Order: sequence, then structure tokens, then C-alpha cells
Amino acid sequence: MSTPQTLFDKVWDAHVVRHVKDGPDVLFIDRHFIHEVTSPVAFLGLEGRGAPVMFSGRTFATADHNTPTLNQHLPVADLLSANQLAALERNAAKHNISHWGLGHIKNGIVHVVGPENGITLPGMTIVCGDSHTSTHGAFGAIAFGIGTSEVEMVLATQCIMQPKPKKMRITVNGKAGKGVLSKDVILYIISQTSASGATGYFVEYAGEVFENMSMEGRMTVCNMTIEMGARGGMIAPDQTTLDYLKGRELSPKGEQWDKLVPYWQTLKTDEGATFDLDLTFDAADIEPQITYGTNPGLGTGVTHQIPMADTVKDGSASYKKSLQYMGFAENETMLGKPVDFVFLGSCTNGRIEDFRAFASIVKGRQKADNITAWLVPGSHVVEKQIKDEGILDILTQAGFELRQPGCSACLAMNEDKIPAGKYAVSTSNRNFEGRQGPGARTLLASPLVAAAAAVTGVVTDPRGLMDNV
Amino acid sequence: MAYEKFTILRSSAVPMPNENVDTDQIIPARFLKATERKGFGDNLFRDWRYNNDNTPKADFVLNMPTYSGKILVGGKNFGSGSSREHAAWAIYDYGFRCVVSSFFADIFQNNSINVGILPVQVSPEFLEKIFAAIEANPKTELEVNLPTQTITLLATGESESFAINEYKKHNLTNGYDDIDYLLSMEEEIAVFAETRPF
Repeated sequence: MSTPQTLFDKVWDAHVVRHVKDGPDVLFIDRHFIHEVTSPVAFLGLEGRGAPVMFSGRTFATADHNTPTLNQHLPVADLLSANQLAALERNAAKHNISHWGLGHIKNGIVHVVGPENGITLPGMTIVCGDSHTSTHGAFGAIAFGIGTSEVEMVLATQCIMQPKPKKMRITVNGKAGKGVLSKDVILYIISQTSASGATGYFVEYAGEVFENMSMEGRMTVCNMTIEMGARGGMIAPDQTTLDYLKGRELSPKGEQWDKLVPYWQTLKTDEGATFDLDLTFDAADIEPQITYGTNPGLGTGVTHQIPMADTVKDGSASYKKSLQYMGFAENETMLGKPVDFVFLGSCTNGRIEDFRAFASIVKGRQKADNITAWLVPGSHVVEKQIKDEGILDILTQAGFELRQPGCSACLAMNEDKIPAGKYAVSTSNRNFEGRQGPGARTLLASPLVAAAAAVTGVVTDPRGLMDNV
Repeated sequence: MAYEKFTILRSSAVPMPNENVDTDQIIPARFLKATERKGFGDNLFRDWRYNNDNTPKADFVLNMPTYSGKILVGGKNFGSGSSREHAAWAIYDYGFRCVVSSFFADIFQNNSINVGILPVQVSPEFLEKIFAAIEANPKTELEVNLPTQTITLLATGESESFAINEYKKHNLTNGYDDIDYLLSMEEEIAVFAETRPF
């Protein structure tokens, strides 16, 4: 019998075109997503070399990082942004690449539209010039972010050169408690491993908590795997995966689907396969989370105090600088801290399930007067679901407005910037200094915690606002 | 884009002991709107380097005349966060050719090599020695020797070796990039592509 293999090994090894002696592997890429910010220089490079795009059908373009989330029917006001969007459109047309630009019915955040249209499949290698490409690992794909030089490589040759990372398995046993969403699970894991604890590794998630998660939840987990330094995370495809994929616009159909299903079922990690590092957590230890510092590893349970500097893994000086930026102090309680902005959206939490969760709290309540709320669906498909399911009515009655799809305040490249010094409870993925606008202070949390802050105006435990669950 | 070949670099260094320096600090997102690779060095560490009115912050290391050089020495987990290669472009464009830390984020490390910056990972102890040496004498010089894979504090002769795979070393030494390599195996890739089920 052959050596037991992990999910990661099986998918990686199936894509190695060549092992370079004393160097990286040449890895074939099945799907390549591009967007307006990290692709223009890659196309310039390609043109400088006089190289064509090798497989234009394997690359998909969508505009998201720079797009406005209001009045998308009008010309983009920011000239530099408009210029980038035009460059993407021009490059896609010139090289015969599918382009779902601003205004297209399928437009949205690249890591939302890929899966929801069946472009992302188990067993694939997927890259994009965006670190949150790790999202697609939820389907049992090897998916990770790359730089612009590598975008050029993939356009020119459909390959990149990567050393094979080490393997880590993170198992979470038990059942997630009341008010604990996939976002809380991953924020908890990152708080335990630190923002650099998985650097050099590719993570596989295992255990009951992930088995019971929806595809949306799995995407949230894999999305934020990069925030502990890992290149990506993945979850073995199962019935939940197949049910999600079947019938999506670009999913395989008929005979091709019937052939692929048995292959996908072989991908799960074999009994006895080994990992370089195995971590195990208990779901019972996880409560709704919130971050208090300036990297995603600086988070804790929403009912907890901010840890003392001598108990954290980061150096004491960096930790204190982080708290100073946030305007917080050691040992303070997070509950009751004032909030100015709430941001629901991003490739982490901009899917239908996130809006359902948010609506479950705000239903029958009112937005707090001190809160400015930006609710940004991840795609037009999500936007339509929000309307079709009656969620928009709930949001409107509670005093909220819905914006149009895009990355928005997650990275604040467009106009959606949190003002300096203001506190934002955000469902996005990074709380770095200035990430959501120069001087902005970000508290990362789940859609439930965000909703609780939106209706109370302060950091609040959502469990007290949940009905009979 | 062509970059300067890297062999042996002797230079003073700029210290930045902060841990977890993320790519949003190296180059904030609002400066990623260019469609060409030009001028990113002007916005390197923009929000740490300048006040809101664009006047330089006197206490930031890049604004202190005491410190200069082609080597940037950073704290643990340098380059975390976003995959933006603009971060590496900004560092290169500013004039750095080497970044030293005890620990690099993966994507940043890849991006650096791809644009011609040598990331040198040293032990936490050696990193402390470098910071101490610069504090004692800001003009103290380091030698980064790619052929022998060593980094040396020239004042004391203390030295440590660093890892880099032979392939990447060959590229940096000669100014080659991965695309040159991959384009040379186009036929092999085309044959491989035929075997993919999707």
C-alpha cells in the first residue's frame, strides 16, 4: 500500500509540472482571478516581453478593490480608480479574458463571485493577486495569494514557482456554542496561534466544527487563515461541498460532473497521514470574539478583558504601541466600549449567511443614533438574495441602508474610509493601523457582534440579544 | 522589470525594530492606484513617515539624518498581511536592496526576491546584535554576501549564515526572474495542461 497522503499533498502533487533541483516546484494553476489593482503592471510586463496570455480561458477578471459602493451607474469619480478599472477592461478585452466589471450583473468581490458561480472547484490550484485567495480552500482547493510578478507568470505560462510549504492540521472538536459563528472560530484560532504562528505552513482544518459548517462558514475560516501567516487553508470536500456546487452556472454538468465526483471523494486526507504540526482546540472554549489590537492575533472573547502585556506572544513594546494606537489600556473590559461605525461586508463576511445573521439581531430593533453603518454585499448575487429573502425590508425598518458590492471599507481604497480616531466594529479581516482609513481603529468581529454593536452603539455580547437559540 | 544584480552589499542600515510590520504600513492601500510601477518609494511607510499635512514626522527613522543605507533591518514577522507587491516595489524604489529580520511573512519574502530585494533571515539573537550595533553607532556597516550566504557586522566581525535556495540565489546573482525560466518550458507546460480534468 502506498504512503498515506494528506489532502494538501494530493492536490499539490497533481499540479507539479517539474521539480527544480535545489529550488521550488513549477506548479500548474487551474484558475487565476485578476482584479484592477494588482494586474495592470503584470500586463505591462507581459507586453514588454512580447509574450501572449497562454490560456486566456483559465483567467477570470472582476473589478472590486477600487469600486464605489454608491451610484455605480455613474462614472467613477476618482480618476486614478477609473483609470485602473479601464485598464482592467482593456487588458481583459485585448487578451480575451472573461471580465465581470463594474455594472455587470455578476460583478462583486473576487472571492465571493468565484465560488458562487462555480468557477472554484475541489482539487484545483487557484491563485490571485490578493492574499485572501485562501478563501477558495474551503472547497478543497489549494488557493493562495500572489504578487504582481507572479500574476505575470501565470498569465504568460499558467504556472508559478513555489517551494512546497509545510503542513499543519488544526482540529476543532465539539459543537460551536450559542452565538459562535465561523468568524469567531477563526478569530479564536488566530488569537491562539498569533498573527505569525502559521507562517511557512499550509493549513488543513478538521473536526466536527468544520464538518458542520456551511460553505459560507468554511470560506470565512479559510479566508482568514492568511492572518496567522499561513499561505492558505483547506477543508476536504464532502456532501456539503457537492450540494453547494451542483447546478451553479460554471460548475461541471452531466457526464463531467459524474466523472469528477468520485475523483473529489478521493481527495480527503488518508488515515495515518502525518502533518508537520497538529493543533487541537475545543469548541467549548470559543465565545463570540472581538479584536482589541492592530493585528488579527490580538483578539479575545467579547466578555473578556484586554490581556496584560506580559501575557501576549508579541513583544511588549509592539503590544503597547498597538494598544496606544487603539486608545485602549491593558485589563480594560471590551464590553461597553463606544463604537462609531459598523461595517458588514468583505470577502470574509459579505455573503448571504452573514446578512441573515446580522438581520437576526437587528430585526425589530433600531440602529443606534451614534452609529454609521455600511452594509456592503459581496456581490450582486448576494444583493439580490438579500432582497429576495426579505432581509432588505428588515434592515430598512431597523434604519439601515444597503450599499452596492465591492471591497469597500475593508481596505478603504475607495471613498469608504473610517475617519481618523473613530472606532469601527468590522466583519472584515484586518485591523492594521490605518487599514480602514488613516487613523481608523478597527475591532474585528462576526456579523452577530457587529449587529449587536449597531443596535446598542457599544461593544455588546450578541447572545443577550438572541431569541431562544 | 529588470533589477540590479545582487552579489555583495556593504552598507550602513536603517533600524525598524517594530514587530509585525504589515504591508498596509509599508504602502497604504490608497497609494495602490497606479497602473505603472513608478514612484512608490515616495509613499513608503507613508502614514508613519508623514503627518496629515504632509510634513515629515521628525521621530520616524526614515526622516532622521542619523540613519541611512541600503539595508532595512526590521522586527519579527516583517511584511505580513496583503500580497501587494507594491510593498516590495516601494522598498526597492526608496533605495533598499536588502531587508533583514528574524522572520518574514511568506508572500512578502517571495515578492521581495522577485523584484530584486534580498530578504535575509537571521536568528533573533543576531537581530538583537544588529540593532544594538546600530544604536551604538548609526554608521556601522553590515556586509551581506550572497555567494557565501553570510551577513557580517563589519565592526566586530560577528557573522551569521542565512538560507536561500540555489535556484533563487542564481536568479538574484544574475538578475534573472522566474518568467524567463517558465517561458523556456512552454511546451512541457502545454502538454501538462492537457492532463488537467478542469
